[in-house]
Amino acid sequence: MTADLIFVILALLTVVPAVWVVFSPNIVHAGFALLFTLLGVSGLYAYLGADFVAVTQVMVYVGGILVLVLFTVMMTRVPPSGKRRHGLDRYVPAAILALGVFGLLYKAITSVQWAASISPAQPTTAEIGTKLMTDYIFPFEYVSLVLLAAMVGAAILIRERREDRYTAEDIPETVDPDREVTS
Amino acid sequence: MNVGLPHFLTISAALFSLGLFAVMSRRNAVGILMGVELMLNAANINFVAFSRYVEHGVDGQIMSAFVIVLAAAEAAVALAIVLAMFRNFGSVNADTVQSLKQ
Repeated sequence: MTADLIFVILALLTVVPAVWVVFSPNIVHAGFALLFTLLGVSGLYAYLGADFVAVTQVMVYVGGILVLVLFTVMMTRVPPSGKRRHGLDRYVPAAILALGVFGLLYKAITSVQWAASISPAQPTTAEIGTKLMTDYIFPFEYVSLVLLAAMVGAAILIRERREDRYTAEDIPETVDPDREVTS
Repeated sequence: MNVGLPHFLTISAALFSLGLFAVMSRRNAVGILMGVELMLNAANINFVAFSRYVEHGVDGQIMSAFVIVLAAAEAAVALAIVLAMFRNFGSVNADTVQSLKQ
């Protein structure tokens, strides 16, 4: 009974702020709502007995990605322009597709008889560490390479490149074919 | 109520649909990125739930840890692109960036 209550609380903590993330007109509010969604997802992991993934979620998502997102939001604030286009042309196809996807997924979930049996919860960190060093050693090293490449790529993208920037005197004078040659 | 696999799959489907809606309807590039994060989290919930209820091991959890790492890499590159976009165009709206259209 208590477990069910905890599950309901975690589910609401996940889905309700996610709705706010999607529909909030203020992007800063959306970022802070994303904080609660990510914490709720982490709680769901803990509920499922995945302690390592739950802690990784808090550390990487909440401590890293979300801070990065909020920094970007704060650094790219533009004053809202007077005219706000309420693009119905944008919302209607998105709503149709999202509801269609949800309907299909829900139909699939409810129509399948899941042969599900719960496994007893036990600490998983040691087993994950062993598997990462044995069965998953190649993906583990490969993903570290991908992460390094992404960090270097992000640093190169963000670099200020003065020599690439066009200024007025960089633009060559256009040759006017009708101009009289005086010299 | 007996909490089982379908409950987690339903939450995951709801998160995925919300993320899809955000990706398609948001104009702010950071908002689009938040939608992508929601979708990745939905996939992760599925990994962990199936790992608990069907597979009875930790392979699904390892896969979700990989997804978290790739999400971090993706967020770093995407936010760098957003900042470069803001520097060059003075806006983070995804539909003001259309230099390739001309």
